[in-house]
Amino acid sequence: MGEKLLMKGNDAMAEGAVRAGCRFFAGYPITPQNEVPEYMSWRMPEVGGAFIQAESEVAAINMLFGAAATGVRSMTSSSSPGISLKQEGISYCAGADLPIFFANVVRGGPGLGNIAGAQGDYFQSVRGGGHGDYRTFVMAPNSAEEMGNFPLKCYEVGEKYRVPSMILSDGTIGQMMEPVEFKFETVDAKKLPIPEWAIGANPGRPRRMVGSYDLREGELEKMVLARAKRYREVEEKEALWEGKMLDDAEIVLVSYGIASRASLAAMKLAREQGLKVGWFRPITLWPFPKKALTDVAKRVKSLLAVELSLGQMIDDVKLAIDCRVPVHLHARPGGVLPTGEEIVESVRKALKAGSKEAACCR
Amino acid sequence: MYQGIRISGFGGQGIISSGVLLAYAGMLDGRHVTFFPAYGAEMRGGTANCSVVISSDDVSTPVVAQPDTVIVMNEPSLAKFEPLVKPGGLLIINSSLVESRPKRKDIKILLVPCNKAAQELGTARIANMVALGAFVKQTGALSIDAIAKAMPKVFKRAKPEMLELNVKALKKGAEFN
Repeated sequence: MGEKLLMKGNDAMAEGAVRAGCRFFAGYPITPQNEVPEYMSWRMPEVGGAFIQAESEVAAINMLFGAAATGVRSMTSSSSPGISLKQEGISYCAGADLPIFFANVVRGGPGLGNIAGAQGDYFQSVRGGGHGDYRTFVMAPNSAEEMGNFPLKCYEVGEKYRVPSMILSDGTIGQMMEPVEFKFETVDAKKLPIPEWAIGANPGRPRRMVGSYDLREGELEKMVLARAKRYREVEEKEALWEGKMLDDAEIVLVSYGIASRASLAAMKLAREQGLKVGWFRPITLWPFPKKALTDVAKRVKSLLAVELSLGQMIDDVKLAIDCRVPVHLHARPGGVLPTGEEIVESVRKALKAGSKEAACCR
Repeated sequence: MYQGIRISGFGGQGIISSGVLLAYAGMLDGRHVTFFPAYGAEMRGGTANCSVVISSDDVSTPVVAQPDTVIVMNEPSLAKFEPLVKPGGLLIINSSLVESRPKRKDIKILLVPCNKAAQELGTARIANMVALGAFVKQTGALSIDAIAKAMPKVFKRAKPEMLELNVKALKKGAEFN
């Protein structure tokens, strides 16, 4: 703790996971997240953990299933197309109540897309992503420092509620270097308790099973409903957000991750021009900070969602506030980072549109 | 105080390490900093570039679209980055390798024979430090001391005599006006 280091977002995330007690990493290369497995390849042996460059994304996620089933803190990371490949395994982990941790350093899509930072994987992240009824705890850092500090929170929430957790980042935050301070005591992995459900060599105790299926009539529904109860608890207790200049705002920019930094530049610029603009940033995307945003919506005339996608988070914004005020959209898909100036233009358009919705997508 | 910088040149000229060094020095000086590399299909011999921001306030975006300063280390970079410089900004050109001359009249242009000056000190490998020295002198965004202090953190495996040579190159660069 305490020391500031100049680190790449990807390296900070890898180091943050190690300090949070991660002792198993399996992954497969893809830009723009290659620094993560590269870092883990030398760092894991240093702390007595295991690093495996798997033969494929599918192999890596299934290795994580195995590692997490023994109760060890584990991690995999990839970028958009690679995360799509992992979805089957993520669904299996969700079905087996395994608190795996993974990161998506998002690039432009769909398909192979490009390697620039983007936010097109929002739906995939917050709506489950793979098959079946499940949720993933999703954190969206907007700095290299948060990349370093969020893995611990992901492990803690994931283990408490037995849900997979993830960091939804993007190429820009992954590749940029910034001062990073790790704001927690390094976790001693050896002292972490072994969960009461973990499998391993323990002769004499009753048999434990980790699996994602139950063929007996009505039993699977019971399993899913028990999990849904935990999801509700996560929604009630674990939502995180931050806001700026909300008190007198007429319009509030809503954005996450790297888009929230472009929005912050826009807010400062707009304030200099006398426009009453506020800023709201969901830090967890699931659970979405519904209550906090509803409170904001009660006081403002409209919201402007700023996204590096065609507009995906905007759906959650509308659901959260129950369409209480119009929600406008500034959207840049395909790996383009908007400037503060162009967002201010959209603010002006939105203010002019009044109660009508204005899509400022190019 | 806000200084957005783009550095561009051949892969192998120390473009990326110059950027990291500036950001590190800025951090040691107590500034907010970001460094962002172009990470496309970059390769040795191809053109590489990076963005650095040194600011007294939070940095919103790490990608510098309208730089206060551009450092151009090779010929192809001039055409690409000359148009981006903010009006009234600074364009530093490595005149040892760049033969074309810029057209703009609304910016300050500084021709620095980086490779020649570096060669005179012993090796062309430190041409990037000559450019940084010129940048520091012109903008006052950082001190040469801060860069010297950042060097062992960034060039972890460099020998002390190489670091000393780097500092000499910085000071040499500061002589160009």
